[in-house]
Amino acid sequence: MVEYQNLFTRVQVTAPHYPGIPHEPRGIWVRGVKASANYWLGKVGDAQIGPFYLGSTGIASILCFIIAFEIVGLNMLASVNWNPLEFIRQLFWLALEPPAPQYGLRIPPLSDGGWHLMAGFFLTMSVLLWWVRTYNLARKLKMGTHTAWAFASAIFLFLVLGFIRPVLMGSWSEGVPFGIFAHLDWTAAFSLRYGNLLYNPFHALSIVFLYGSVLLFAMHAGTIMAVSRFGGEREVEQSLDRGTASERAALFWRWTMGFNATMESVHRWAWWFAVLCTLTGGIGILLTGTVVDNWYLWAVKHGVAPAYPTTFEPLPDPALTSGAAQ
Amino acid sequence: MKTQIRLIGALSIALGLLVGCGERPPIDVQQIGYRGTGMEQNVNPRLREQLKAVNQVGGIQPPADASGPLAKDIYQNVQVLSDLSVGEFTRVMLSMTEWVAPEDQKNCTYCHNGENYADESKYQYKVARSMLKMTRDINTNWKSHVKQTGVTCHTCHRGGPVPQYVWYADPGSGRENAFVGTRAGQNSAVTGLGITTIGHSSLPYDPYSPFLLGDLNIRVEGPTALPTGNRRSIKQAEWTYSLMVHMSNSLGVNCTYCHNTRAWADWAQSTPQRTVAWHGIRMARGLNNQYLVPLTDVFPTNRKGPLGDVAKINCQTCHQGVYKPYFGESMAKAYPELQGVKAAPVDPNAAPAETAAPAEATAPAAAPAATPAVADKPKDSSKMAQRGGPTAIAALDAGTPGRL
Repeated sequence: MVEYQNLFTRVQVTAPHYPGIPHEPRGIWVRGVKASANYWLGKVGDAQIGPFYLGSTGIASILCFIIAFEIVGLNMLASVNWNPLEFIRQLFWLALEPPAPQYGLRIPPLSDGGWHLMAGFFLTMSVLLWWVRTYNLARKLKMGTHTAWAFASAIFLFLVLGFIRPVLMGSWSEGVPFGIFAHLDWTAAFSLRYGNLLYNPFHALSIVFLYGSVLLFAMHAGTIMAVSRFGGEREVEQSLDRGTASERAALFWRWTMGFNATMESVHRWAWWFAVLCTLTGGIGILLTGTVVDNWYLWAVKHGVAPAYPTTFEPLPDPALTSGAAQ
Repeated sequence: MKTQIRLIGALSIALGLLVGCGERPPIDVQQIGYRGTGMEQNVNPRLREQLKAVNQVGGIQPPADASGPLAKDIYQNVQVLSDLSVGEFTRVMLSMTEWVAPEDQKNCTYCHNGENYADESKYQYKVARSMLKMTRDINTNWKSHVKQTGVTCHTCHRGGPVPQYVWYADPGSGRENAFVGTRAGQNSAVTGLGITTIGHSSLPYDPYSPFLLGDLNIRVEGPTALPTGNRRSIKQAEWTYSLMVHMSNSLGVNCTYCHNTRAWADWAQSTPQRTVAWHGIRMARGLNNQYLVPLTDVFPTNRKGPLGDVAKINCQTCHQGVYKPYFGESMAKAYPELQGVKAAPVDPNAAPAETAAPAEATAPAAAPAATPAVADKPKDSSKMAQRGGPTAIAALDAGTPGRL
């Protein structure tokens, strides 16, 4: 037991591979039975790899992802004239851009954003099919579908960014480029265009849940590891039949802040924080440009943004005193 | 022991990563606005020292006698400096040799035909004449930007014939109309000219053509909380962003030098420097169109960019990484000859001090040369449209159909 109190598992137990519970097979794809063990994976988790159960949605999802990945990757490679060294050197800069604004919601030529739409379509299909898979596999194992619905919350944000909001705005150009620096620059430009996203209350909520998730995760993981010497890592048993590990962990948090979650409720807290992060974020993006055009001015209008004393004499807009507005 | 070695190793890696960023701490922070608003400037004192070393004013010739006969009465073909005495005229010529002629040709014949100094056959001669007009124009009509500091040839040239920081229209990657791999003028670590991109970002790499040659709208934020018809796209915001990062780089300042970053567009919260910069953008655009583009046929091919355009100016051409060229030291003060037409034999209204009109409105009165005002403005607009550039965006943005 003491040997397990480390980031890395120092003892590897080898045993016959666990084939999983029986379930009713359905469809042409039968789940695999083969499994193997990997020593190095065993260092950080379970050494057993497999059996895999991709199923028809899994296979379709992977195919769609490969198509999207290839469209983006080959466009990036083409943009450096098929030079593999430049591709590696400039990888962080390269991107596949959405169409120019003049196309609106029409289908642009492949070279002017058409590839972006196509990659977006296949990536979306891939993600949606993978969602179906997470739902189905949970059902087959007679589990709840919590993972699928948490995943759905992230997919909601993804769809808002790439599909729902562009459609509401009437232009595919509102979508996010596929590229490492490019999507970061897009994010900054999005905030610049819509008057500072930090004044968007849903953006604020999303950040609360994002950092909150991190905090909860650290608190929970820290607590459980701290009481694992009393069997605290057996969380399911502990939540049904509270032992000294649970008692000590609970007492620790009551001493610390007067209140404690329970072995069961802490997972509901974490689940909701994670789900609300992308849900509120998606709402914030959805409202931007469609309902609110300038978040700073919106915040002033509703008494959110305070006024500060100026330390210099501000000058008027020179465009109003010197002629043409530029 | 083993743990200690590991710890030292991890620390060295972390330190190596920090050093790899190029700017080691400490960085000086200067507060420039109300506390808590983040209005501050970050200055790396070590880089500042390097900048100070390379941003030294050029040589200043001893003052010349303003009396005596006018140069135009002694020399032939004096068109721009016709108001100067022979002494002043010679002083300017000597200074130009020092400031502009290349290191191995520091003599009169870099621009002049040695047999006949009035001969206009060398391209350098014609360019220099236009540049003299431009310098006087800046010091007279662009006080909104250069204030009382003014400029000389050296402000840009720094001792060489081609200023170190100029720009040419970017030829792109050569894939503008390819089936795959188009870039829409962005997403590259280097420009088509092989120059590192704006602030090492993947932003559009040629913000000069639309904003400092053409007059694409820079403002993208809407003036109202709720939508009231502002159809500027996120893509266009990227072009504006690119221009702004260019300015930040050129001046070696943070965004907060001009803007309160919580409300970029709001002039009431912006510093006075933003107004100076606003005029600077118009100045660069005006000078490019009024003086540099018209020289296209004068320059030989080897002085032009890959698309056959002349070298043009941007913020960095004068500023060279400093918020005020030479950290505010005025060279032009020592050169009344370059301050615009001297005495008052010409129109006394030619120099409206503070309310400088745009350049095209007032060409220097003493220089009635055939300078086409704002000639062929957004020269490569068709090219921009092809690669989905901002000209195309601006033109068609407004017509984008229905939102909600």
